[in-house]
Parts: sequence; C-alpha cells; structure tokens
Amino acid sequence: MKYTSTGNKDTRSGFGAGLHELGKTNPNVVALCADLVGSLKMEDFIKENPERFIQTGIAEANMIGLSAGLTIGGKIPFAGTFAAFATGRVYDQIRQSVAYSNKNVKICASHAGLTLGEDGATHQMLEDIGLMKMLPNMTVIVPCDYNQTKAATIAIAEYVGPVYLRFGRPAVPNFTPADQKFVIGKANMLTEGSDVTIIATGHLVWKALEAADVLAEKGISAEVINIHTIKPIDEEAILKSVSKTRCVVTAEEHMLNGGLGDSVAQILSRKLPSPMEMVGVNDVFGESGKPNELMVKYGLDTPNIVEAAQKVIKRK
Amino acid sequence: MADIEFLKKMATQVRRDVIRMIHKPSSGHPGGSLGCADFFTALYFDVLKIDPKNFTMDGIGEDLFFLSNGHLSAAWYSVLARKGYFDIKELSTFRLINSRLQGHPTPAEHLPGIRIASGSLGQGLSVACGAALAKKLNGDNHLVFSLHGDGELQEGQIWEAAIFAAAKKIDNLISTVDYNGKQIDGPVDQVNTLGDLKGKWTTFGWEVLETNGNNMKELLATINKAKSLTGKGKPIVILMHTEMGMGVDFMMGTHKWHGKAPNEEEFERAMAQLPETIGDF
Repeated sequence: MKYTSTGNKDTRSGFGAGLHELGKTNPNVVALCADLVGSLKMEDFIKENPERFIQTGIAEANMIGLSAGLTIGGKIPFAGTFAAFATGRVYDQIRQSVAYSNKNVKICASHAGLTLGEDGATHQMLEDIGLMKMLPNMTVIVPCDYNQTKAATIAIAEYVGPVYLRFGRPAVPNFTPADQKFVIGKANMLTEGSDVTIIATGHLVWKALEAADVLAEKGISAEVINIHTIKPIDEEAILKSVSKTRCVVTAEEHMLNGGLGDSVAQILSRKLPSPMEMVGVNDVFGESGKPNELMVKYGLDTPNIVEAAQKVIKRK
Repeated sequence: MADIEFLKKMATQVRRDVIRMIHKPSSGHPGGSLGCADFFTALYFDVLKIDPKNFTMDGIGEDLFFLSNGHLSAAWYSVLARKGYFDIKELSTFRLINSRLQGHPTPAEHLPGIRIASGSLGQGLSVACGAALAKKLNGDNHLVFSLHGDGELQEGQIWEAAIFAAAKKIDNLISTVDYNGKQIDGPVDQVNTLGDLKGKWTTFGWEVLETNGNNMKELLATINKAKSLTGKGKPIVILMHTEMGMGVDFMMGTHKWHGKAPNEEEFERAMAQLPETIGDF
C-alpha cells in the first residue's frame, strides 16, 4: 500500500492532543465537558488550564447554551461529549443558540458511529452528520485518523463560526502525515485511479485504501478521496475525479440517509449523473459488540467497499 | 436618582409602540410585552451600563441583557430603538418581510442590541451563564441580566442552568422571572403548576427577591437591591409579579392575549388607553 500506518491510535486522542496544544497557543480557547473528561481525552488541557475548563455535569443542553454565551465575550468554546449527546439530545439548542445565532462554538463529538462498540445502539450515533449538515452556518468535519483529528482540532480554532467535529473511540491506523496542514473544505486525494472513485470519510478512509489494494490485485484502478469536510464539501475534487472514472462508491460510518453519500449524490445528480453505490448503515439501529464485529455485520468493512466498487463499475 | 415620571411616560409609550407594532402585521404577542414594559424601560433607561451607539457583539466593558422568552420581542425592540440602538421608524417593520425585526429576536439580521436568538424557550439562562463566565474570565466586572417567562420555567434546561449557576457561583448574573401566572393554554397553576417557586429557586442555591413589576419605583428599588447582592457568591433571581396585558383593560386578567393581535376596534380601544407620551414612531 502507498500509505503506511505508524500504529493504531484513537482519533479522540488526536482531539485531546490538539486541544492540549490550543491551550498553549490560544488564550481564548475554553473547554467544556458534560462528565466525560477521560473519554474525550481532555485531561492535559485541564491540567494546564484549569481556569479555562468548565465541567457542566450531565447537562448537555446547558453546555451548548453556555458555549453560545461564552462566545459573547470573545471566547472560543470547545464543547465535548459523545456524539449521541452532542447532537440529537441538544439539537434545538444547537439550532437556535449556535447555528441560527451563528456563534463561534466548536461541538466536539467523540464515540461516533458503530465503533463505540459494546455500549450499544443508545450510544452508537449514526444520524449526527445528517443532523448537523442540515443546519445553515454549520461546518461538519470528520477526520480519518489521529494525526488528522489533531490537525483539524487546531484548524477549527482559527475558523470563525459553528463547527461540528466528529471523531471516535477505537484505535485505528494512523497514516496521514503528522505535519499535514488541515484545510477546511479541501479534500485529500489519496490514490489516483481511473476505473472507480471511492469517496470515504472518518474510519472508512483506511478501509477504502485497503479496498483499493484489493481492487488493484483484480486489475481495477481505484481513486480514493478522503472527504474530511462533509460541509462545505469539496465539490470540485469530486467532480474532477468522477468525470475521469465515471462511477463512484461512498463509504461512511453513518446512516445512508443524510450522510456523506447523500451529499455526493446531490452534487452528481445535478452536475454529473453517474452510477453510484453507497456503503453505510441502511436504516437500522446498531447493537452491542466488538467494533470490528459490528463493522462486518453492518456491512461497513473493506470487502463491502470492494464489492460495491465492482458492482458500480458494471453499471457504467 | 432615577426620574420615575420620565420612566413611567416611557413605559406608556413602549406599550403604545407594542400595540401599534403588533396591529400592523396582525401578528405578535401583546400580553407579555405589555406586562414587562416597565421592566424593559427600567432596565434600559436606568439600570444597564451600555453604549447603544457603539454596539458590539462581545459587549466587553458593558452590562448585557438576554431575553430568554423571545416572544416579548415587541417591547424589547421598542425599548432598544428608543434607547438609540436603531431608528424608531424601523419599529414599523416588525414581523413583515425583509425586516430586521423578526417575530422572535435574532442576531442573524444584525439588529444592534441582539446577541442571541430566542424563541424556542428555556435556552437563555444557559446563554446568560456562559456570558457571565466570559465576563469573569475577561476580568470584566459588568453584570449580566436575563428575563424569563414563568411558563418557560417548565423547560428542563432552565433547571440545568439553575443548578450550574449556583454550583459555579455565578454571582454577576441577575435573572428575572415574569411571574404573571399565565401561559398560552391557561393559568400556569392549571397547565403545569410551578408550586413553591420561591422555594425552588432558594433550594437551588439562588438569592431570591420578589417585586411588583408594574410599580416602577418598587421595581427599580428591587433591581438596585439585586445589584447590591452581586459578587457575593450566589446568582440572583427576581420573581417579578406582573399583570399580563398591563395598560389595556380588556387584555388584563386573562391569558387570551398572550399571542393574539387586536382587530381594528380593539386597536382603537387600546390606543385610547395608551396616550402618546414621547412621540410615535
């Protein structure tokens, strides 16, 4: 493979490392957490900046409102909790106090998707990308590994406006360069290919690279694009690639309804109608299990991407 | 020393503005706006340390006010305009297409004086707490004020914020409850009673004051007492007894004018009770 993992690391630790660095470099950054400090890896920031950390207890709605209020006074709040409680539970608070009010709040959501694992469907948030991307003013970011999550965390502090940053629990291959600058809205072209475009986000990016290797062995040339910013999406990169390959597979740890595939389909159906297959969760809730078992059972694994690619090529 | 007579005149003009603003689009919420006209007037024309001509979103070096029960927008807009945040002529655009004076307040239209959207109830106390924390972090010793409906206190988020404010000793915050006892579907006591409201706030760790919100002198004295209690480790709430619809006889003593605009005949009757004291927009 063109890319080498430097070892498995969790994306939430990338968030923690980014926040830690922001604590040193940006005096306006304030962190909030609703009783999940360890899970969100916020300890280093808190240790060095106790006066800039606000523990809200188990009160997520209040945390979102506090964050909106803190921006009035020039603070840059990073509000962290699990994705389930950072979105669905507080949708109205985000909609009115953050998005409509256009406040500079960073909603930092860990444990997104099936790979949260054993806690089961109550905690396995698979609708959050859709919920957040529907809100005007909201930027939606889903980095793929530790390094990219750290870089994204640092980058969103410089951007003025509401941001939803989604990351996860499991240790996954860390392969993006540690010094790669994170540019909001600018996709990463990972492998060039001519037969099929694979557009992936989050944990599915590494699996897309694995799928590209498998496809190469079968004589199929796949172009893999990492869409780390779901909104605003890099329309130019998508159109450029699909105009060459003329078919596309999307892959995400999210419901098919409302996810990355939805966004790509909107662009292609209007500007470049092309055969498309989508890898994602198909309108069902998750369940308890090991992360990898769940990814297999719900059809989000490398073979699913390979199969989707072979299928979509036949439809050209 | 506050000029009570001027404040009373201003409150009457604000009530007149409210009815005229709501009559034109045939849409709005007169009851709460009329009930709180004295409060808005007292706050903006006597209490708040503000700079209307140089509005900034951050509000650093100023007192801040957050309206949590956003449906009282008409009275707030009237007071903001009359205090100089924007031209009073703009009051005639309330709730009409292409207006900055949206049905419920929003910073999205860049209307000076507005820092957060409200309308969906229960969110403003959290926002006020956040702004109060920012003031502490900034070493800014100005105060944060907020207004809430009593019916709004049925929202759970209010009590999340109430626990938090006491726990974190947010003592640069003065919240006020418009305690008129009425909500859209009827008396609060019948819809979903708040029970011992004073006891609830006290138990939650707040300093609680009570006042008649339609008596300008008493209201000002209470707000000033609240100010004297800031900086002592506890958040402060004023339970402000008001009459929904105050100033227009047929709108008082009922919940029916919570969110209803007057027809032509009702408009004329209301105008006859609310003389032009400062000058119409």
